[in-house]
Amino acid sequence: MILTTSQALLTIAVIAAATILTRVLPFVIFPGGKKTPKFITYLGTVLPFAIIGMLIIYCFKSVSVIVRPHGIPELIAGVFVVAIHKWKHNLLLSIGGGTLLYMILVQAIF
Amino acid sequence: MRRKAFKAALPYTLPVFMGYLFLGIAFGVLLSSKGYHAGWALLMSTTIYAGSMQFVAIDLLTSPFNLINALIVTLTVNARHLFYGLSMLDKFKISGKLKPYMIFSLTDETYSLLCSTEPPEGINKKWFMFFVAILDQSYWILGGLIGNIAGTVFTFDPTGIDFAMTALFIVIFVEQWEGTKHHIPALLGLGITVICLVVFGTENFIIFSMIGIFLCLTLLRSRLETDNLKVKEETA
Repeated sequence: MILTTSQALLTIAVIAAATILTRVLPFVIFPGGKKTPKFITYLGTVLPFAIIGMLIIYCFKSVSVIVRPHGIPELIAGVFVVAIHKWKHNLLLSIGGGTLLYMILVQAIF
Repeated sequence: MRRKAFKAALPYTLPVFMGYLFLGIAFGVLLSSKGYHAGWALLMSTTIYAGSMQFVAIDLLTSPFNLINALIVTLTVNARHLFYGLSMLDKFKISGKLKPYMIFSLTDETYSLLCSTEPPEGINKKWFMFFVAILDQSYWILGGLIGNIAGTVFTFDPTGIDFAMTALFIVIFVEQWEGTKHHIPALLGLGITVICLVVFGTENFIIFSMIGIFLCLTLLRSRLETDNLKVKEETA
């Protein structure tokens, strides 16, 4: 630990408060009883798709295609997760299997 | 009534049980490898309760003390919650005194469960949704504790275990992809973020991606809304 206990507690408190803020805000802006604007309803239907796409890229942000191993472990494990999930639709198999494969790839092979 | 709702909710949460247990273990192991014991895991999973953010929080807890940075990073990583809330405005209207917890516990996984499931006939919807939410959080807390304790008992190299989070998002992406015929929003999310990552670099790309996604979805509204209407007509 490089932070003191109180610094760590403060950091966690800020993260928790900011997280709650992102969850509460829509309900504060559009309180119950009022009709939600159509544009907001539209965003609510299309955004989840775009945001998950964004999050996948976020997870790969530190991968460099120029520096060895050129993102190959990420590519292999990523394709594995897509394939096995399309095949079996088993969450444990997809996440557990994909993670184990990735750990073996980065620790033992690349 | 509550018992029945609990029993009805339990099987629906099993996929999240699997995912959260594993992801929670990954989080716990990683946290303990940085010198934070089980009490910290419990505290974080109870008060923050946001899967990806807790992995990022480990980074923050192992970097120099900077609350402003913690605030900005949290707001950007979690900004997607705004949109989850927007799609739950109507659904949570029935939740009454349970509503604060429903809002607090709206993670990626609970959100997708609540979006995709309706309680069986004769089951109280308010309590069904509540039990889905609270069961999910209990799995998450449990996984974090198991991983953290295992991490202190056994010593093994956790390098790469954070891929669990990546795998989870890929799985949600695949599920969403299969659930709709209209892939433009999903492709926009991937494409815009890649472009922003290349152009703006790893420090700032998320906020630019969000602005880009928001603008594109706004500009394409008439087109995408027609698509959605078509879906409704086809299924009707």
